[in-house]
Amino acid sequence: MFKLETAGLAKRYGDTDALLPTDLQVRSGEFLTLLGPSGSGKTTLLMMIAGLVAPTGGQLMIDGKDATYAPPGQRGIGMVFQSYALFPHMTVRDNVAYGLRMRRTGSQDMARLVDNALGMVKMREYAHRYPKELSGGQQQRVALARCFAYSPSVILLDEPLDALDKKLREHMQLEIRRLHQELGATFIYVTHDQEEALTMSDRICLMNHARIEQIGTPVELYDEPATRFAAGFIGQSNLLAGVLEQAGHFRAGQSQIPVPESMGVAEGAVSLLVRPEAVEVTAPEQGLLQGEIAEVVFLGNEVRVIVALPGADTFIARCGRERQPRVGDRVGLRWDMARSRVLHR
Amino acid sequence: MSLANAAPARPASAGRRLAALWAPALPAIVFLVVFFVVPVLQILQGGFFSDTGALDASQFQRLVSAPVYVKVLWTTFGISLATAVLSVALGYPLAYWLGMMTERSRGRWVLWIMLPFWTSYLVKTYAWMLLLSRTGLLTTVASLLGLTGESGALAPSLLGVLVGMVHAMLPLAVLTILPTMQGINRQLSSAAEILGAGRATNFLTVFFPLSLPGVAAAGLLVFITCLGFFIVPALLGTPRESMIAQLVISSVLELVDMRFAGALSIVILLCSIVVFYVYDRLVGLTSLAGEASQRNTGGPGWAMRLLYVLGGVLDKVFAAGSLRARRAGVLAGYCMAAVGFLVLPILIVIPIAFTRTAVVAFPPQLFSLRWFVEFIESPVWQAAMVRSLAVGAATAVLAVVLGFGATYTLTKVSGRWVKPLFALFVAPLIVPRIVVAIGLLYLFASFGMTGSDLGLVIGHTILAIPYVVVTLSAGFRQFDWRLDDAARILGASMFGRLRTVLLPLLAGSITSALLFAFIVSFDDLTIAIFVSGGVNTTLPKQMWDSIQLAVTPTLAAVSTFLVLLITVIIFASSYLKTKGSR
Repeated sequence: MFKLETAGLAKRYGDTDALLPTDLQVRSGEFLTLLGPSGSGKTTLLMMIAGLVAPTGGQLMIDGKDATYAPPGQRGIGMVFQSYALFPHMTVRDNVAYGLRMRRTGSQDMARLVDNALGMVKMREYAHRYPKELSGGQQQRVALARCFAYSPSVILLDEPLDALDKKLREHMQLEIRRLHQELGATFIYVTHDQEEALTMSDRICLMNHARIEQIGTPVELYDEPATRFAAGFIGQSNLLAGVLEQAGHFRAGQSQIPVPESMGVAEGAVSLLVRPEAVEVTAPEQGLLQGEIAEVVFLGNEVRVIVALPGADTFIARCGRERQPRVGDRVGLRWDMARSRVLHR
Repeated sequence: MSLANAAPARPASAGRRLAALWAPALPAIVFLVVFFVVPVLQILQGGFFSDTGALDASQFQRLVSAPVYVKVLWTTFGISLATAVLSVALGYPLAYWLGMMTERSRGRWVLWIMLPFWTSYLVKTYAWMLLLSRTGLLTTVASLLGLTGESGALAPSLLGVLVGMVHAMLPLAVLTILPTMQGINRQLSSAAEILGAGRATNFLTVFFPLSLPGVAAAGLLVFITCLGFFIVPALLGTPRESMIAQLVISSVLELVDMRFAGALSIVILLCSIVVFYVYDRLVGLTSLAGEASQRNTGGPGWAMRLLYVLGGVLDKVFAAGSLRARRAGVLAGYCMAAVGFLVLPILIVIPIAFTRTAVVAFPPQLFSLRWFVEFIESPVWQAAMVRSLAVGAATAVLAVVLGFGATYTLTKVSGRWVKPLFALFVAPLIVPRIVVAIGLLYLFASFGMTGSDLGLVIGHTILAIPYVVVTLSAGFRQFDWRLDDAARILGASMFGRLRTVLLPLLAGSITSALLFAFIVSFDDLTIAIFVSGGVNTTLPKQMWDSIQLAVTPTLAAVSTFLVLLITVIIFASSYLKTKGSR
């Protein structure tokens, strides 16, 4: 049995689909990320799971029981909001105690549970402060403590790190991972940041145009993207437009590139996906493709070159520090065919 | 030439930068100090000290020792307090309803609050006189139901005064509470919902405590405005409902006892100051401009606990009963009724204006334009109208010129200066109008300026500056100051920037400010009574003088004209605002 399951869950606003009928299964205890650009339906899906938005079709099951229209407070979920939504007129302690109060927890248990929750996010010393007396990162911790203080089995997080700067963000990503492991609850995390999704998730549910594009582990999504969108949204990619002629021959402009037959894509217009880190810069005659270096970008640990191909296409390749590519050099590009994919255009 | 030889240009000195910052506000500050702060202080001095400079409390002894005066004081407090409580209690659901709306529909509904808000107190009170008089519509209905007392009229009476006062003050209460409610983050109630709060608990423990600063501000503004009020009790009350401002007027105009009037003004003034001090301690003064309160509004623990318990009980009741679905309908129904209560009574003046008979009675004998003709052809009304328009236009320009500089400095100065500056600019709104009027009367008397149009413009500008500053502040807050920096880097001078960047982009709020200032002046009676003298009368003054003599249909014609004018101004201003935001 899945922890949480949607069957044909959908939301329409007038003539626009915020979410097309969607099936999604979430396993107990997993960290699932809803990833996608704005308007992809990820927040709508989360809000319907929370019960803050009523679906216009389909069903939602939590622990095998129908919860499609259950009141938010009775779904056994906790939620961290994008702007934290801490009650400004209550102290940290009262904020964290709110959910327990609503569940009529006795005062001794309440004190212990609040202390416990604050301890887990290392905020015990700030119990008597008001939210506006805290930094952004501290408010974030209080919001987390408030959402798990009453031990909900599902925790929803709506782009919770959006307002933090890069460094604090990376730190909080690790903190949230740690909390996930300690609490053992199911986390559903919304973000538009693919790097964040790759770092944190057990599985990623990639969304686009109001529907699910692909679901899989971070490795699956990176190595085996099912669509051009998936390939483009997660990681950097070179997408070479061309035509797949009789099985095994990919032609782009003048270049003929042999591809393994096993890729299972019908003949016709396709794109060839090659990740930049798989591409090696060689002498022109050794490459599958030839081009001219248009730009060299120094990134600290590596050098990235942008190669202009005949026609208007460009190709990104990574290059070790030992080579010293210069703009204008003619080079060849080579990669291991096993690491590339043929995708429908 | 070597680099070392080139002397770097001297940076502008700290003094010059400070001057550039404060110079725009200086005219407004000087204006308010000379015409508002000093005269008010003079009243204080005149009340506490005799001519020889010795401490002298005889005026107050006179006030306290006469039972009549003491009774008037208590009546004033009682009526003001009742009006404040009723206005806030009746206005709260209305503000809540408006706050929950989408931006567009809120904009439309707020117009129906603005209309009664800006309609002259005289017109509103006159409308109630028509409704509550012996032959009025409501009296007729009430007597059919057997509800009228032995007098046969619903007013003059305490009930009449309270109805008139609440009707006059309810828009102010709603418009003061609304910005605070809009400032409350909607996600908070979603958060409480997920944490398990039922709807009543959610409202009582989250929304309600956060809306209290707005409630306090509304109660305070209404109470203080009521303290200096005289139109409603004079026209809808019996002598038993006399309020302190009526006493001030009679001691100036009939008894010509300036010292006693001063002492009475001090009582009003001190009450306002005390109430405001308490308010500033509890909530913070700048929240009046719709800014977030600087105080923690947690309140005492027992109050919050009570709200939790109350919420729990109510949620159980709601869950058990069938009230659930109907609540939204009940709220909307109440709010429609409240808007009706605000707008419909005013409209009674329109049919009366077209009556054929000289008697004001319901139903009117339609249809005749004779009262409009009388209004337009009468030289007295004509002169009053022209003077009102001219004084209004002059006030609008002067108040906006002064207020623009004031607001500019207000948005640019460092934190600790914001509060005292803001306090100075909104003080004329806080100090009861009648005190301002008495102060000006003192001042102008010593210059021989009473009865001059200039005096009127000065008095009205004092009253208009707070409205202008608050309106422009809202515009300035949204203004992107980097545009000004960009123009400066592109080489624009200060006046160039003002002309090409600031004024065009702020045109919407400047227009609103001009209109507000105009209405404040056009609508004012208090200053006009004391400053305009006997001969040079304004439209409200002329109305006031004739309303006390007889309730004639001419007044209905004038009122109809005023209602239409205000309607046009409000809808024009709203049109300009939505056009500007696009």
